[in-house]
Amino acid sequence: MLEKALTGSRRYWAWIFVLLAITGIGFIYYLKQFNYGLGITGMGRDVSWGLYIGQFTFLVGVAASGVMVVLPYYLHNYKVFGKITILGEFLAIPAVIMCLLFILVDLGQPMRFMNIFLHPTPNSVLFWDAVVLNVYLLLNILIGWTVLGAEKKGIAPPKWIKPFIYLSIIWAPSIHTVTAFIYAGLPGRHLWLTAIMAARFLASAFSSGPALLIILAMFIRRFTKFDPGKEAIQALGKIVTYFMITNVFFLGLEIFTAFYSQIPGHMHPFQYLYAGIEGKGRLVPMMWTSAILAVFSLILLINPATRKNERTLAMASAAVFISLWIEKGFGLVVGGFIPNPFEKVTEYWPTIPETWITAGVWAIGFLILTVLYKVAVSIREEEIA
Amino acid sequence: MDRREFLKLTAITAIATAGGISALEILRDKELEAHEAHTPDTKPLTAKRWAMVVNIRKFKTEDDYKKVMDACRRAHNVPDFGNPKDEIKWIWTDTFEHSFPGQEHKYMPEDLKHMPFLLLCNHCDNPPCVRVCPTKATFKRKDGIVMMDMHRCIGCRFCMAACPFGARSFNWRDPRPFVKEINPEFPTRTKGVVEKCNFCEERLAVGRMPACVEASKGGLIFGDLEDPNSDVRKVLGSHYTIRRKSELGTGPGVYYIV
Amino acid sequence: MKIYDGGKIFIGIIIFLSVATSPFLFNMGKATAKPDPKLDTPEIQKMKKKQCVEPKEFMRREHMKLLNEWRDSVVREGNMIYIGVGGEVYSMSLQSTCMKCHSNKKKFCDECHKYVAVKPYCWDCHIAPKEN
Repeated sequence: MLEKALTGSRRYWAWIFVLLAITGIGFIYYLKQFNYGLGITGMGRDVSWGLYIGQFTFLVGVAASGVMVVLPYYLHNYKVFGKITILGEFLAIPAVIMCLLFILVDLGQPMRFMNIFLHPTPNSVLFWDAVVLNVYLLLNILIGWTVLGAEKKGIAPPKWIKPFIYLSIIWAPSIHTVTAFIYAGLPGRHLWLTAIMAARFLASAFSSGPALLIILAMFIRRFTKFDPGKEAIQALGKIVTYFMITNVFFLGLEIFTAFYSQIPGHMHPFQYLYAGIEGKGRLVPMMWTSAILAVFSLILLINPATRKNERTLAMASAAVFISLWIEKGFGLVVGGFIPNPFEKVTEYWPTIPETWITAGVWAIGFLILTVLYKVAVSIREEEIA
Repeated sequence: MDRREFLKLTAITAIATAGGISALEILRDKELEAHEAHTPDTKPLTAKRWAMVVNIRKFKTEDDYKKVMDACRRAHNVPDFGNPKDEIKWIWTDTFEHSFPGQEHKYMPEDLKHMPFLLLCNHCDNPPCVRVCPTKATFKRKDGIVMMDMHRCIGCRFCMAACPFGARSFNWRDPRPFVKEINPEFPTRTKGVVEKCNFCEERLAVGRMPACVEASKGGLIFGDLEDPNSDVRKVLGSHYTIRRKSELGTGPGVYYIV
Repeated sequence: MKIYDGGKIFIGIIIFLSVATSPFLFNMGKATAKPDPKLDTPEIQKMKKKQCVEPKEFMRREHMKLLNEWRDSVVREGNMIYIGVGGEVYSMSLQSTCMKCHSNKKKFCDECHKYVAVKPYCWDCHIAPKEN
């Protein structure tokens, strides 16, 4: 089936080469980081996780969100999603690969990464995260490839794949729950020490992931002969709406608890993120951009007229995606380290090499996504023809 | 068969194949091992639970602090990068407000407010850093010392996020060029691993007290928490002491007389 | 007989062969001298019985495993004592036991390591003895 990705329009190849070029630059910067050490990034003693781990956290959500199209189709026989389950599964694959790559580029001793499996440590959440992510990756490759292969031959998917599909439906929330536990169980990091962390993660995942799917589906409809279906896009729109409301609600809960209790440690990270402390507020503009985009998207999503209008739905989806990318891919991880354990404010901002390495990993992800979607779309186009 | 025995057996096989050795000799070797009591030159210092008391009242001049910190720096080849971003800290100082956040108030004695406190790894009873480490690179020894195995650390820095005391430092770059005078008795570190205070386990193993304790002239008291006659227990029994962030339940093993 | 796409196949074969044989072609005539590790340090010459912690043949083959055992034993189990073949007591330490006798790292360690192109990372952290 992969041969479908080897033929394409001039535009397709141009896109591929752009991604390869970004990957290449990212790789060169990674070699630099490999030689010099992680000191090449903006991270330091106080903010010891940054953009890489933020991206990892955000992308686990995108990966998990595939379940939002798989579940209604397989458990509720919601036929409208039949055409796009493959898009959900094929989105999960590059998302998980990006997650693993972001962990890898964040390691101080990447050559020793196998130590996680050579010395398995069940009390470490990171160990479990490595396990669940790899299993989820394998599940999605297996399911996506098998189902699409059957479709290509014009037959129903084999029966043995069903248990794997049900397993993947349970597995998806688990990957994001485990990822939330990385943060939610640490004493002394007030922003993260919250029982609703996993719930927040799932809410943001199930809004940002389907939002991306809406944009991808519209893109495919515009540039290929395959139409994922207006109804499917509208159904995704409703999913995004409800989970975005939940997401903002959960953030409100956190802010209430912190500020009504007036416990300084709980208020500090929020104060830093949204107002700045001691005149230091590097993340404030970004966090407010995220907040404004969230409100903007909710206005468009909750209002039926603007949700049904695909133009405004696309805008709302983009707003959701960017808003949550900032909130989770940046603010949540960095904010957890500020103020530091000594109640001092050390700020963080990614460096140029760090940004390029991040872009490089995203480019690899988009490359895999492009190839997989190209295969899926080509097979659909053949069916139509 | 444990690994040591296995090695020995491999060794014996190697000799046997190489030149021939009688079974008798092998037996004699074994006996030799069993009979001879092998005591090293210096007896290691041992404890059920090592702990430290910092009597901050004994630190009067800047030099008192410097001696302690320099002793550690020299003993462990701690680099000095000259910038806070890359900084490696084993034992360092901070004010009361930053050492014990939430305990300070406006009207506390002025001297206490500005007095530097010596901070180091607390070697907790229930260390979060050990709990989160995905490779067991950091682990708790039977005697309470929270150890780092630099050979195994993958540099994920989960432990740094987990430690509520900021006691862990990461090697953001190769530290060796930044070690002023290298102590040949102790290794330096490589880039990409996490490090911290080890309660001088390498000195305890050869019967010496921790470098900082030795240099502190009584300001730092070190001993076995489970031994009622130890120095630490005597001090703890007769003075009011506080610990950093004890409400988090990690059980810090470093106590402060303020 | 006609070979379809013969030109492409031929070029492919040439590329494959040149890549596959490149290490050999590249190093042709540049044979590295056989390693000759030296044991002639003052410390070793002082010894009555020239004996390492384990027999020579074992050390030659298994020193890396032994070092790993020592490392785990010292760092993880806090056990620093090693009993040699003849019952001798050693302190398990790369810097102060191994390198005390083998103070000629360049002629002892690097000689073979270079020859077999292995790069142990011991010396990233551990401090090598001073040599001229």
